[in-house]
Amino acid sequence: MSSIGLLPVLLVSLVLFTLGVVGVLVRRNLLVVFMCLELMLNAVNLAFVGFARARVDMDGQVAALFVMAVAAAEVAVGLALLILLFRTRRTTHLDDLRLLGG
Amino acid sequence: MEVALFALFSAAALAAGVVVVTRTNPFSAAMALVACLFFLAADFVLLQAPFVAALQILVYAGAILILFLFVIMLLNLRGDEGLSLPRLAPRQAVGLVLSVVMGSASVAFASLQVSGPFPEAGPLFGSADAIGTTLLDGRFLLALEAVSVLLTTALVGAVVLGRKDL
Repeated sequence: MSSIGLLPVLLVSLVLFTLGVVGVLVRRNLLVVFMCLELMLNAVNLAFVGFARARVDMDGQVAALFVMAVAAAEVAVGLALLILLFRTRRTTHLDDLRLLGG
Repeated sequence: MEVALFALFSAAALAAGVVVVTRTNPFSAAMALVACLFFLAADFVLLQAPFVAALQILVYAGAILILFLFVIMLLNLRGDEGLSLPRLAPRQAVGLVLSVVMGSASVAFASLQVSGPFPEAGPLFGSADAIGTTLLDGRFLLALEAVSVLLTTALVGAVVLGRKDL
């Protein structure tokens, strides 16, 4: 018998998502920006799982699994780009990356 | 009991999230992210999603975080900037204020719209069995195949990007 209710889950999810948005907007280190992206994706996952529980429907949990898979792909490519960037520019600071191309 | 545990784990997850955003050293941020993901996995268990919780720990804390740590060690990144409020650029301050406003607005909206406890769920709800059945029952098949193609593409792309002579 679970009596948590959807509201607390959604509140935690929203606050965590906002934390992630703050991190993405405010932090200038590309690596930390990636981590804050992960925070946002996890907040969405929490909402998915909470809705799945509230509706007693497995679709939400399956959606959370898809989000995880896409996040794994995103991190793999993103970190490879980050390493490439660091190799050519010697920086991971977002303000140093102004030129698109070349 | 469950409510108290959920509150505890959620508070811990949010605290770890704050540490991720504010820490100057990327390594500390990564460690805090691990903690946050673990506490979220505990929340998933309380929401009767044990399989998702297990995958959360395996995929996120196991694989993705190791990737982050490898990159930190590979690049030998030092602590550079944290979230120090006095030194915020105007652009960043606007972003901070806007996201906090957006967050509070959505919290208020959710509080108005949602209420009540969860309905009863069967003992099999959230098991690997139920996940597998839902995943393969036809509606998600295309998405499943698309994800497998996406993962392969990402893997090949990461290897190509990581080549020395690119």
